[in-house]
Amino acid sequence: MAKAFRFVLQFVLYGAFAGVVVYFSTTPQWQNLEPGMALIKVNFSHAGKHISECVKLTLEEMAELAENMRRTESCPRGRVPLYIEVVLDGQVLFEDSLPPSGFSGDGESTVFQSFPVEEGSYVLVARLRDSNRSTGYDYEHREEIHLRAEQNFVVDFNATTGGFTFL
Amino acid sequence: MRKQLRTGFEYIERGFDAAFTPQWNPLLQLGALGWFFYWIVVVTGIYLYIFFDTGIFDAYDSVERLTHEQWYIGGVMRSLHRYASDAMIIVVFLHVLREFVMDRFRGKRWFAWVTGVALLWLIYASGISGYWMVWDKLAQYVAVGTAEWFDALGIFGKPISRDFLNESTLSSRFFTLLIFIHIAAPLLLLFGMWIHIQRQTKPKVNPPIGLAAGTFAMLLAVSFLSPAVSQGRANLDEVPATIGIDWFYLFIYPLRDHYSSMMLWGFIIGGTILMGVLPWLPPAKKKQVAEVNLENCNGCGRCVSDCPTSAVDLAPRTDGLNYEQQAVVNPNVCTSCGICMGACPTATPFRRTGNASAGIELPDHTLEQLKSRVLEQAEKLTGPGTMLVFTCDGGPDVTFLENRSDAAVISLPCIGMLPPPFMDYIISRRYASGILFAACREIDCHYRLGMRWTDQRINRTRDPYLRNRTPRDRIKTCRCGITETKRLAAEAEEFRKHLLELDLAQQAKPVTEEKGFADG
Repeated sequence: MAKAFRFVLQFVLYGAFAGVVVYFSTTPQWQNLEPGMALIKVNFSHAGKHISECVKLTLEEMAELAENMRRTESCPRGRVPLYIEVVLDGQVLFEDSLPPSGFSGDGESTVFQSFPVEEGSYVLVARLRDSNRSTGYDYEHREEIHLRAEQNFVVDFNATTGGFTFL
Repeated sequence: MRKQLRTGFEYIERGFDAAFTPQWNPLLQLGALGWFFYWIVVVTGIYLYIFFDTGIFDAYDSVERLTHEQWYIGGVMRSLHRYASDAMIIVVFLHVLREFVMDRFRGKRWFAWVTGVALLWLIYASGISGYWMVWDKLAQYVAVGTAEWFDALGIFGKPISRDFLNESTLSSRFFTLLIFIHIAAPLLLLFGMWIHIQRQTKPKVNPPIGLAAGTFAMLLAVSFLSPAVSQGRANLDEVPATIGIDWFYLFIYPLRDHYSSMMLWGFIIGGTILMGVLPWLPPAKKKQVAEVNLENCNGCGRCVSDCPTSAVDLAPRTDGLNYEQQAVVNPNVCTSCGICMGACPTATPFRRTGNASAGIELPDHTLEQLKSRVLEQAEKLTGPGTMLVFTCDGGPDVTFLENRSDAAVISLPCIGMLPPPFMDYIISRRYASGILFAACREIDCHYRLGMRWTDQRINRTRDPYLRNRTPRDRIKTCRCGITETKRLAAEAEEFRKHLLELDLAQQAKPVTEEKGFADG
């Protein structure tokens, strides 16, 4: 009798353990994106222009350099931070100054941001400044977009292909 | 706080004892069960890999074929692979919690604790990379989440999340790296698990056959009843809105969604550091490690084979005595349990000249001190039916036995520290009618092997043996832990009556002082 009771107890405990394993291996479900929403992703890397122009070295300055290091110009390593603005139907969705990477501030600036947006049609404008100018932008792209629910909409940037691409 | 937790643990474990018996109690086999689940995951993983297509565009189809076309074997293997991984997480976290609650992570036990914390990272790397490989919507969520999480560190030239921007940017290159990680991480995990148990003698890496069979049957049953399935093919042009999360492994992703990548890094790295330094946080307990007395050590090696942490070794003789070897203690590994003294054949209180001294002993619990305590406590005992009660670090509260004329208590770090000649000494010299061990719970010796060796020594199956002249029925063991004080009281009372009967029967016979009543 005691043995039978023990087996019943074991069965119950094994069952409880199995229940915990099976239940939490898939549930409760996670709502990654609210129903009826799409996601706008801004994700790219781009190197801003150098902080200043290259300067021609004088003969004296060149003479001070080691022979194998002599060059005619001195160019700064540092790059300007990017300034980005993303506007959706006239409302600023995102604006930020993106510092260059690297200890010397000479690497690319990177952005990856996601914005849940209700499905529908919008005018999306993306602007980027990658130079020393204090006003205005070096790149701008405007497009009427149609977002459907659960769509993954990407704002990409590649300077060599002309700037912003909406994917 | 920890005492309450420990009490809670013991109550639950007692419930499990009733169902499984202490020998099969899964809560006393958590580490071994972790190993068992690991091997199930490895074996099923090898099978799945045979049929798995490693290209990112074909991975999903190959897993679907495995799951549905050969559901009776491939599908079951996949389910076992998942559920054993999940079960492994449960037993590993219970194992960590239990070792913490039982205070088995401080001092020289830091090594197993710290390596265990590192293993958690490898377990998660193995599990998370596995979810990626199915390349369904859950895999997509995990892939994108992981990439963005690592991108937040700012250590990559290009954001790795750009590999998962949309279907047009997807390539097999990174996916191949993931497969490599999913194979390399479990291999590293195995290596780490081997290191984890390095400082243990006779580590438990296999659960008892009955528990293993029951656990495997349970996993097999759920694999048939609720098989693991994919959640629809991944499509990077769409965002998976609702996902079935494996909360054992993937809980970090909702956390990242809710807070931020950097906060998650802070939480995980901070948590790891905190767990890693726990062994050195107060209250620190500095214990003196075992020392070898060369004049009494003949290099027999019994302490070497009995040490639960492999802290004692044999080395060539250094004192010129006519023995080949001598015991050497590694102070960095010794947990100060004293089991070595219990194993030492020279640890005898019967010497007539000089102080009692063993070949190896703890400086703060020497053989001479033990002898003095036995004599001191024995003096308090009067009349027949008396007992000396030995308790240990993991034993019960025995204050109710104090201030009695028929019982006296002596506390040791571990019951295994008491050499069998001492039991003979106490009984044959009639310092007490009997000996009661109030020890740790069954299968759960605080120093792992102390109770096991004591049982074998008493039952004369392990050297040093209890002498044949010492009556076995005058020694009793109660493995009651800290929660079964009532049972201890009942068993102590029963034992007292038993000793009383033996003593009264004994009094009917003449007894010589030299022989004592133990000789009959």
